[in-house]
Order: sequence, then C-alpha cells, then structure tokens
Amino acid sequence: MRSTKNKHTIPGFGLSMGITLAILGLVVIIPLCSLVIYSAQLSFHDFIATITRPRVLASYQVSFLTAFIASLINTVTGVVLAWVLVRYEFPWKRFLDGIIELPFALPTAVAGIALTHLTVSNGWVGSFFGKFGIEVAYTRLGIIIALIFIGIPFVVRSVQPVLEKTDAEYEAAAELMGADRRQIFFRVILPELMPSIIAGFTMAFARCLGEYGSVVFIAGNTPYETEITPLLIMSELQEFDYASATSIALVMLFTAFVILFINAAVQSRASKIISGIE
Amino acid sequence: MNQEKQVTKWVLIIFSTVFLAIMLLLPLFYVIITAFREGWSAFTAAITNEDAAASIRLTLIVTLITVAVNTFFGIFASWVITKYRFFGKKVLSALIDLPLTVSPIIAGLIYVLTFGRNSILYPILDAWGIHIIFAVPGIVLATIFVTFPFISRELIPVLTAVGNDEEEAAAMMGAGFFRIFRSITFPHIKWAFLYGIVLCAARAMGEFGAVSVLSGHLRGKTNTMPLHIEVTYQAFDFTGAFAMSSILVVMALIILVLRNVLEYRGKKENG
Repeated sequence: MRSTKNKHTIPGFGLSMGITLAILGLVVIIPLCSLVIYSAQLSFHDFIATITRPRVLASYQVSFLTAFIASLINTVTGVVLAWVLVRYEFPWKRFLDGIIELPFALPTAVAGIALTHLTVSNGWVGSFFGKFGIEVAYTRLGIIIALIFIGIPFVVRSVQPVLEKTDAEYEAAAELMGADRRQIFFRVILPELMPSIIAGFTMAFARCLGEYGSVVFIAGNTPYETEITPLLIMSELQEFDYASATSIALVMLFTAFVILFINAAVQSRASKIISGIE
Repeated sequence: MNQEKQVTKWVLIIFSTVFLAIMLLLPLFYVIITAFREGWSAFTAAITNEDAAASIRLTLIVTLITVAVNTFFGIFASWVITKYRFFGKKVLSALIDLPLTVSPIIAGLIYVLTFGRNSILYPILDAWGIHIIFAVPGIVLATIFVTFPFISRELIPVLTAVGNDEEEAAAMMGAGFFRIFRSITFPHIKWAFLYGIVLCAARAMGEFGAVSVLSGHLRGKTNTMPLHIEVTYQAFDFTGAFAMSSILVVMALIILVLRNVLEYRGKKENG
C-alpha cells in the first residue's frame, strides 16, 4: 500500500526516466533492433548452411574447448586464491589482493602481445617449455593461456565475499564431531561455496567465449586448428559478408544467453535451498 | 594436526603467489622491459612519431566522450532504478546490463548493421554527409556500448543499501530533484561514482575488439592506442608496439591503485 502511495514521492521521475530511455534507445535498443531486422531478412536455408560450414563448426569446437578448459583451471585456482586471501595472513597479502583485477584494467591487446612474445619458441617462457617439446604460442595451449589470464578475477571475486561470511564455527563443529579436514572441506565448505563458484565459472566462461583481443595474437589463427569463432566473424566482416557474420554472431549470442540463463536458474534454486523454500 | 595445517597453508600461499606472479606480473614486467630494450631514445621516438601521437590523441578524445556520456546516463539510470517502482523495471535493468554479455566483436557488428551500407539509416545519414562506420563516431559509439553499464552498476548497489528515507523526507519538505541529488544522494555515492568512472575510462582506453570492427584502420586518423599496437606489432615493429603498451600498463597500474584507495574510502564511510 505504502509503495503505491509513495510511487512518485521523490521528484524527477519523468526527467530521469526520459533521459535513461533516450540514451538506452540510441546505444542499445536501436542497434539491437537493426540486428533483429537484418536477421529476419536472412534466408533460413543460407543461415543453416553458414553456421554448419566445416570451418565454422571447427571454430565452435576450438572456442568451446579452450574456454571450458581455461575456465575450469581458473575455477580451481580461483577457489584456492579466494581461500588464501580470506583465511590466511602473510606478507604481501594486500598486494596480491590488489592485483587480482589487473586483467580488467589492462587492455586485452597489451596482454595479447605480451603473452605471445613470452611464449614463442625463443621467448622467456616458450624456450622453457620448448625443452620438453611443448609449443605454446600459436597452438590451442596458447589460447588457453590467454583465456586463463582474462578469466582470473571472476571466480576469486565471486567466491571471496561468500567465504568471508561463512562462519569458521561450522568447521570447528564438524571437527569436534570427528570429521577430518578433507571431509570438512568437501562436505561443509564446498557446498556453501557452490553457487558462487558456478556464478564465477559461468561468467568467466561467457567472457572467454567472446574474447578476441588477447587471443588473436597468440592463437596463430590457423583454420580448423586455432581459429576462434569471434575471429571468424571478424574475417567475414572484413570481406563485407554481413550475412555470414550475422548468422555466426546469432549462434554466439544464443549460446551466451543459454549460459547466463542456466546460471540464473542455478542461482535462484540455490537461494531457495538456502532460505528453506525447497 | 597443527603442523599439517601449517604445511597446507604455506603450500597454498606459495602456489597462489607463484601463479599470480607468472600470470599477471611477468607480462607486465615484460612489456616495460621490451619497451626500453633499445634505449630511451627509441622509446620516445616510438611514442612521439606522428601516427603514435595521433592514436594517443584519438584515444583521449574517445575516452573523454565515453566517460561523459556514460556518467550522465549512469546517474539517471541508477536513480530511476533505485528511487521508483514501475512496470518493466527488470527488463530495463537487463537491457542496461546487456552490453556486458555481448562479445566485443558482435558489438561492432551490430553497429555496422545499424549504420553501414545495408542499413535503412544509411541513405539519410549519407545525404547529411555523416559518416559513422570506419570513422571516429563509430569508434565512439562502440566504446560507449561496451562500457555502457559500468557506472550504473557501481551506483545501484550503494543506492539500494542506503535506502530512500532521506530523499523521501527531503521531498516532503519540498526539495526539488537537483537539490535532493546534490545534497543528499551524491555524498553517499561519491566513492562508488569515482570508481565507476575509473573503470569506465580504463575499459574505454583499452577496448580493442569492437573498435577494431568499426575503425577503418586508417593510420593517423582512426587508430586508437590498442589499434596502433596491433598495426605496429604486425609490422614487426616490436619496440613501437611495446612502447605504446607500456603507457597502457602504467595506466592499468594507476587504475588498480585508485581502485583500492576508492574501495577503502567507500567502505570506511558507509560502514
């Protein structure tokens, strides 16, 4: 009752709503509409033919595989990093906590050329791996390295606040009841962290699927081998083949929305379980 | 038991430190070292030649416009979302956050479709002599798109946490919109607001994918700093590429320091 009465207590609704909608319309809604209009003009047959070309299918595989492996690695290291930063005291802790966001602050092109130069066969890191016969730059391993760099902050920053809130008392209780430390971690702590781990993973995964700047330098971009889907869209655009570019982009957009939808579903289920509704 | 705990603790700490040192710090040092490997004069020559200087200028202009537009938008959008109840609020906030989930390449693509030759808007714009695609306006628009929610996302949680009681009281006493915003709302959000601007500026300076689609890659005209890095790198001018990169590395470090300072001040003031 109170809310309807107070709907416009604070002045400025018309002004702020008008400005918000005007800018939103120009920047987001009109461009999205033009994407929809353009997509509607594509023939369904051509659309299917484009998105199932062998080279395009290979690029989905490269993008998915590398993004998945990189996000998985970042999930494990992310939980470890969050744990270390929340539960332990050690020198340089503030500094380590402060640099976690570096991948957000550093332009992707800079990260791309630095990682490439480090991992080519005569680079600092590349020559080390070369001794074991492992090539990093211009292979899928190189793409995974670049995506690990990009995805570091996601899991750390989604797990950290949850870990800060979980009480060490639960763990103490479990220990008293005779649980060993492995049991405590996997039965008590991990279930508590699971929703935030999944949220971090899906955000990192979605970001990695769309990543272009850091990957394009290190990937080598060999068709069927190290060509990611965003790069394929880019090369269609450079040939002014807007129909193909749009078709492939629609597949990527659809995938991104499915991933985010799954995450949202998991999160709302998790919050229901925690609050005891389900 | 306790000793086993200590061992685990230090193993995890050393693992974390080594991981971050190799993945984050090594690339940073590498950029700086490579930028100066041919000496100071080669470095200054690489960042002061005509194309490099033009790319720095363009990046500054694009960043300035982007931050101004997104700040203006962010204030009003976060105000609308936190101060009123209305139909379609969820859709509105989903649309504001949408640019974060779109790949930068797709962001570029949708602007090409909107303003390019295939668009219904193209004949109208062309008649007015307005060029957006492969020109500076396209770069600005794409940059605004990819950083669109950066400021509102920082403000909304703070505004929600503070609540509306003070604003409602002020409104009852007859204060107008600008008065309420300036003397009641703004003091609560100033650190989050500054932090949003810092994030937005950082991403605007560094955006590569979306800008790459919309720039015509014309040297000295439509190359931003990241595009200049790409062009020089592909021409095997590594000193040029890493010298320009080192400027962006310093910028990234300044941003990280600011971020930590602003977060600390914000936490201190809002309890």
